Amino acid sequence: MTASDTALAEQENREQVVNDFSITIGTVNGSGSQTSNLTIIRSIFKMGIPVSGKNIYPSNIQGMPTWYTIRVSKDGYLASVPEPDIVVAMCPESFQEDVDRLPPGGMLIYDQGIRAEVEREDIFSYPLPVQKLVRDSDAPRNLQDYVANMVYVGALVALLDLEIDKVHQALDFHFSGREKPVDLNYRIIQSAAQWCSENLEKVDPYHLEPMDATKNLKLVSGNEAAAIGAAFGGVQFMGWYPITPATGLADMLKVYLPKLRKDPETGKNTFAVVQAEDELAAIGMAVGAGWGGLRAMTSTSGPGLSLMTEFAGLAYFSETPLVIWDVQRVGPSTGLPTRTSQGDVIMAHYLGHGDTQNILLFPGSPYECFEFGWKSFDIAERLQTPVYVLSDLDLGVNQWITEAFEYPEVEMDRGKVIWEDDLEAFEGNWGRYLDVDGDGIPYRTVPGNKHPESAWFARGTGHDEYARYSEDPEDFLENMERLRKKYETARPLMPEPVLDEMEGAEVGILAYGSTDPAVQEARDHLRDRGIPTDSLRLRAIPFSSAVHEFIRAHRRIYVVEMNRDGQVHKLLSLEVPEETGKMVSVAKVDGLPLTAEWIVGQIESMEEK
Amino acid sequence: MAKRGGNGPNELGLTKAEYRGAPSTLCKGCGHQSIANQVISVVYEMDVLPEKIMKFSGIGCSSKSPAYFLNRSFTFNGLHGRMPSLATGAVFADHTLKAMGFSGDGDTASIGMGQFKHIMRRNVPLLYIVENNGVYGLTKGQFSATADQGLELKKQGLNPYMPVDIVREALASNATFVARAFSGDVKQLREILKAAMSHEGIAIVDIISPCVSFNNQDDALHSYSWGRDHEVAIHDLAYVPPREEIEVDYDQEVIKKVTMHDGSKIVLQKIGEEHDISKRVDAVNLLDKADEEGILLTGLFYIDTEQPSLIDIKGITEEPLNRLSNDRIRPSPEDLQDVNQRLF
Repeated sequence: MTASDTALAEQENREQVVNDFSITIGTVNGSGSQTSNLTIIRSIFKMGIPVSGKNIYPSNIQGMPTWYTIRVSKDGYLASVPEPDIVVAMCPESFQEDVDRLPPGGMLIYDQGIRAEVEREDIFSYPLPVQKLVRDSDAPRNLQDYVANMVYVGALVALLDLEIDKVHQALDFHFSGREKPVDLNYRIIQSAAQWCSENLEKVDPYHLEPMDATKNLKLVSGNEAAAIGAAFGGVQFMGWYPITPATGLADMLKVYLPKLRKDPETGKNTFAVVQAEDELAAIGMAVGAGWGGLRAMTSTSGPGLSLMTEFAGLAYFSETPLVIWDVQRVGPSTGLPTRTSQGDVIMAHYLGHGDTQNILLFPGSPYECFEFGWKSFDIAERLQTPVYVLSDLDLGVNQWITEAFEYPEVEMDRGKVIWEDDLEAFEGNWGRYLDVDGDGIPYRTVPGNKHPESAWFARGTGHDEYARYSEDPEDFLENMERLRKKYETARPLMPEPVLDEMEGAEVGILAYGSTDPAVQEARDHLRDRGIPTDSLRLRAIPFSSAVHEFIRAHRRIYVVEMNRDGQVHKLLSLEVPEETGKMVSVAKVDGLPLTAEWIVGQIESMEEK
Repeated sequence: MAKRGGNGPNELGLTKAEYRGAPSTLCKGCGHQSIANQVISVVYEMDVLPEKIMKFSGIGCSSKSPAYFLNRSFTFNGLHGRMPSLATGAVFADHTLKAMGFSGDGDTASIGMGQFKHIMRRNVPLLYIVENNGVYGLTKGQFSATADQGLELKKQGLNPYMPVDIVREALASNATFVARAFSGDVKQLREILKAAMSHEGIAIVDIISPCVSFNNQDDALHSYSWGRDHEVAIHDLAYVPPREEIEVDYDQEVIKKVTMHDGSKIVLQKIGEEHDISKRVDAVNLLDKADEEGILLTGLFYIDTEQPSLIDIKGITEEPLNRLSNDRIRPSPEDLQDVNQRLF
């Protein structure tokens, strides 16, 4: 018996692996594999099993290798894992690489049209006659390439006990109930499953078993959730320019707004979405609309945010409310356009030349994409300033499990906008930038106000309290100090960070955004290894006092983030310089979502020191 | 309509003084000042409430000028070359207001060329004035993209490049109202501005507006003296307000009457050769010929009142969007329940 045979034999003797493994599917991009992959993750979700899916795709339309990783976890761990347990190899170009990914005892499902036999004997291999199954089907010739990927869905039905009725449900959802495509795909899946049952002997240990862990939950992408949130936040103007991975947000607004935001009486739109000629114009339009008193937004990613810089500065200085979604991808420059990162934090916070300080929100789940989707407008209008919502590709593009969305618990806050009657009360002493309430937030009029004293001259140049051009040093100082005061006013209005404590914890993990599943899983592993930790998930900048307290209360703080330079770690060092010594940056960006294993390794090695 | 040249109360009871702005800081004799004065006269004479107007501008001498007229109108003096996008978003706030944009040749034909082109494509309801003097004034006299080839300026030397022509650019980009005026010819300028104010779509008005500090030598295309000696109007243009009778000089042949959306009319009377303002190619031919002859053509080159404006295209509510109450822009809890149900 060879070493590999031994491994295999041991594996066979081991107990079944139920609802606790990950699958990597390698396909050719543009071949329709996205439909197959979504069908699989949705079917597993409907079986009641916690599941996540990560699309690792190229910046290309058709013909390059693309991967989809599905993690099934009965314990609810849904972060990325370093290596898969199961590989579905359907892409000729990446075939060998994909086979090599498997650890001994792994399971391989592959298209035998690419390679008749696989050399590795330490894994469980199942060849599929993809071409034959497609040819034998009644699929029209022009669609055969697309439905070919349904064959591996059928294989999972036969080999992993993926439930066939759930598969039908998933297809029905995907094709919005259109019978023809549903039936076509379903028949291929069925015949593939049947072929597998008749011709393959199940020898691997992996199984799916129905659970009850996803009841009343939803499966949705952060971009879709953000669009729904914006629709319920009353968005009235959206200016945007296509860019990966933010485009989906605008696409979804164009789906939801016509359904949700037609005036019931007249059938007319209470919103406008304009695709601009570039990001400069996209934000320019949003600034114009925000100044005009509309709930205005734009969505983009890093390169677009760079282009938006000059208008961002104008919005900050002229005190114009708007919401900017940055679905982050890997920079610098064009970087890795289809890979995820948290690399825009410092840029967004200081976007604009001169002294600027911007408000950032960090959604950590699709639910928070929805919540911040509406809340960001309240914050922007209350503070009369741009609000940046920093999502990322992983959160924005991939399907995540979420609670159903709950209706905003508070009335819309339109901020200090005054109309004709309100102006009367000012008795001729209204000034656009007068700090009447001492909170740094002045009162604002918008076009259409008929009061003869309502108009003001918005500008990016130096101005006094009455919005008149001014180069007076006193005026400039006062204005900038008021803007600083306004930033302080913002602190208590920000979403509070989310604290989670563990008994005996002396160290804390501070993280934000889409890394949360990896962080929470890492904490469980660390506890098992004798390092209990508390965690604080940041949801906004400016930092609240809870952040200060968390840092103060722990011996050491690990700031976990997906960028090279530890950007929030740097901002925290400026925020609480006296605590810099105890803050350790745990930061990495390589295009892939962080794994719990990596976080554990980093923290463990530093705790040992 | 208030009496032309008057100062007393107009139909709204507002005197001309109520249409003025802050004291001007433009150079004495600047062409932009006479444009500012004409804008004041036009809005006053058309009996438009200043609060019913929004002004936008970019950066430069032209873009500073909105401070010097219509004090009671909301104004946004934004970024260099970005006036169009700012205005595009703002017109959705209250579509019942009239939007006016003020830009220069640098602001429009150099840094702002992209936004200039795209605002025309979308037919944004905006009167877009280009105060065109061929030079960068605020930075002390560099050539702009509209400077004529061979122009010689003391500190700059000779301009070797061919010029951008605002009118041709507008024609090429399907602008629905394209005109050129000369700030030294205020009578025609006023009529063109009134006609442009009544256009529901993008109205490009290229106004040759001399820079007395840097580009007003007698032989310069953008100078007062050259303009006065070489301006040729392609027709006699008269603006007739809604509900007023057309009064024309019967010595001249009426070539065309255009009825605008608000019921006003533009009446064109023949001067020289007849020009069909519904054909872009006619306008381009005319401009080429004018170049050969070395004359400055002014007038309305092209108009299309049929194209829907961006506001029409987007089908927004009659009531201004910025007046909609909160309950009209936040869908109901039942709607959210429905959304949740439809998610997977």
